[in-house]
Amino acid sequence: MKYLHIRNAHLIDPANNLDTLSDVYIAAGKLMAIGQKPAEGTIERTIEASEQWLVPGFIDLSTYLNEPGYTQKGNIARDTQAAAEAGFTHICAQPHTRPIADSSAVIQLILDKSSVAGFARVLPLGALTQGLAGEQLSNMVGLRNAGCVALSNARFPIKDSYVLRRLMEYAATYNIRLFITPNDPALACDGVMHEGPTSTRLGLAGIPETAETVALAQTLLLAEQTGARIHISQISCARSIEMLSDARSRGLNVTADVSLANLCFTDQTANGYNSRFHVEPPLRSEADRQALLAAVNRGELAICSNHRPHEIAAKKAPFAASEPGMSLYRHFLPLLLQLIDHDELDRNAAIRALTDLPAQALGMERGLSETQLFNATLINPEATPDHDNQDDLSSPSTDGQPGVATATFVDGFQVISTH
Amino acid sequence: MTSDPCQLQLAPNGQLRHFLTTEGLSRALLEEILHTASSFLGPKGQLINKVPLLRGKNVVNLFFENSTRTRSTFELAATRLSADILNLDIQRSATSKGETLMDTLWNLEAMHADMFVVRHADSGAAHFIAEQVTPNVAIINAGDGRHAHPTQAMLDMLTIQRHKGQIEGQVVAIVGDILHSRVARSQIHALKTLGAAEVRVVGPATLLPKDIEALGAKAYYDFSLALRDCDVVIMLRLQKERMQNALLPSESEFFKLYGLTAEKLALAKPDAIVMHPGPINRGVEIESAVADGSQSVILNQVGYGIAVRMAVMAMAMSGQQTNQAGPEAP
Repeated sequence: MKYLHIRNAHLIDPANNLDTLSDVYIAAGKLMAIGQKPAEGTIERTIEASEQWLVPGFIDLSTYLNEPGYTQKGNIARDTQAAAEAGFTHICAQPHTRPIADSSAVIQLILDKSSVAGFARVLPLGALTQGLAGEQLSNMVGLRNAGCVALSNARFPIKDSYVLRRLMEYAATYNIRLFITPNDPALACDGVMHEGPTSTRLGLAGIPETAETVALAQTLLLAEQTGARIHISQISCARSIEMLSDARSRGLNVTADVSLANLCFTDQTANGYNSRFHVEPPLRSEADRQALLAAVNRGELAICSNHRPHEIAAKKAPFAASEPGMSLYRHFLPLLLQLIDHDELDRNAAIRALTDLPAQALGMERGLSETQLFNATLINPEATPDHDNQDDLSSPSTDGQPGVATATFVDGFQVISTH
Repeated sequence: MTSDPCQLQLAPNGQLRHFLTTEGLSRALLEEILHTASSFLGPKGQLINKVPLLRGKNVVNLFFENSTRTRSTFELAATRLSADILNLDIQRSATSKGETLMDTLWNLEAMHADMFVVRHADSGAAHFIAEQVTPNVAIINAGDGRHAHPTQAMLDMLTIQRHKGQIEGQVVAIVGDILHSRVARSQIHALKTLGAAEVRVVGPATLLPKDIEALGAKAYYDFSLALRDCDVVIMLRLQKERMQNALLPSESEFFKLYGLTAEKLALAKPDAIVMHPGPINRGVEIESAVADGSQSVILNQVGYGIAVRMAVMAMAMSGQQTNQAGPEAP
């Protein structure tokens, strides 16, 4: 047996309570030993990993891949590579494609393209309703059989609470996971940013906190009634965290995530009409941001990238006329490490929020395991990424901030190698 | 799309080079606008004859939203400054054909304009255009979404100054649809900077934007209370569609609660003046007896509008010229 030897890594695996300096041995695509080399076999290759973190592969609970249909914004090969370079081994792709991912043919296409690309593995989210129109149920079982890990309506509205109830009941029958993004379209109205002093000053229509919390209350109550397995995607308000823990204390098994942008930025970034920060859900107040950080530190919220790249024309417009979304993968680790450096996020809690909590939300194997294929990432928290200067208008700026995935292993294969 | 609007409108030497918002401008600069505007007015408030300040300059009126009144005053102001003027009503047609604002701008750049007067339905549009155009083109904001209408606010300041002697120390009430009003936002910033004692915004909760007090105004639901000790009452125009959007029950109920009648006006100071950016909805926000009454200065506002626009255009053009000659902005 021939081993890949990762030497002297700082192994952090919250699911297995590991936080230790250690050597790791991999063979046949699997983790064979932590610490001592197994007696049999020889070392084929050694990765020197001192001062680096070896963590289970990050799992992204929301990304927009834009293929098929919107390849001017991004494509599967490019964005799965960017994901792997940010340390993600598995990414959940929203069903907003054109055609919409409401048929097994589209799901198959996405899976084929991502497998040819050979970077992060795509876990498709099928459309929850036909055409994402929010009216008729999609072929839920067919979509699951085609490879969807869960169903989502992205941020497209569900027509009414009747449809929401029925789709939860139907999904519950077959134990299908639902990803729900709480957003009441009537309350969000024509809003383009958080409703508060900044929106008032800039004269931009605001999205009140209640657009999220009213929809969340409805979702949680219906989940309790129907027994559906739900995951709440991309919460943005402090109040939502209270509502989630309330629901959990009543026995509801509900997981939730927050997008990294909402942990890093507030509505103040809209000053100067900076359309880079036109995102959904909106960036909210500093109090909301602090509450979201605290919830991640307590282990209550997973972190997703909500990576949503755009072409220049989509962003080069007055704020409200620009398209919402931020291209996040290239900036993911620098932004995350900044939060850790500034003591806003606890390091192990952040890693848990990107590995163990998403694995729980998806019912996947948690943490590094000797029985599963090796999915892991080696992160150098001191190295500065070597970005080229063709930055697009949908990205935040992280110039000079450290954080590089030096190696990413997907199903036993090293797909990223940065030296 | 990143720079601070307050900084973007100033040349490195502090001169005005765009006029995008009244927010963040110094008191000295706002006073300079008022002073320059006054210099275009004769002793009785009439406009003086043509001056050659913008001779040989091309001013383009770029109106993405229809407004005959505002456009005409800019046109008159440019003519009195001896500029050449081109009116372009782009409105929604070009953009609905899939042409982006950037495409429109690139086309217009070829015309070698020296100044764009911009009106657009999106908040921040004038700011966006100022960032995108070639550096030596001055942008004057003639209204962007709900954000700002700085020339209207400054003509209101000039009106207050000429009728009340000064802005310092005045108690001003702005009444009606604050939520959708770019005029109100620009007035609040200008009034605060120019030393008004108190700025009150008055209306039902549906028409007062969230956290409006963060701008330095005091919110009132009760019109009678808000009128107490007022020196200046500014009534805003109420759009018909507010009734359809569940913001108000009816025009008649609005008039009962927030319409300015002679009886209500008596609650303000006896020498209070009444203003309105126009066009007036008689019997909706103001009764005719008040609109045409002795305390109304509504018609004077129109004449001052031309002087203020002349002042701003002349100052921005001069700021552009020093900007070109001077050092590059960092």
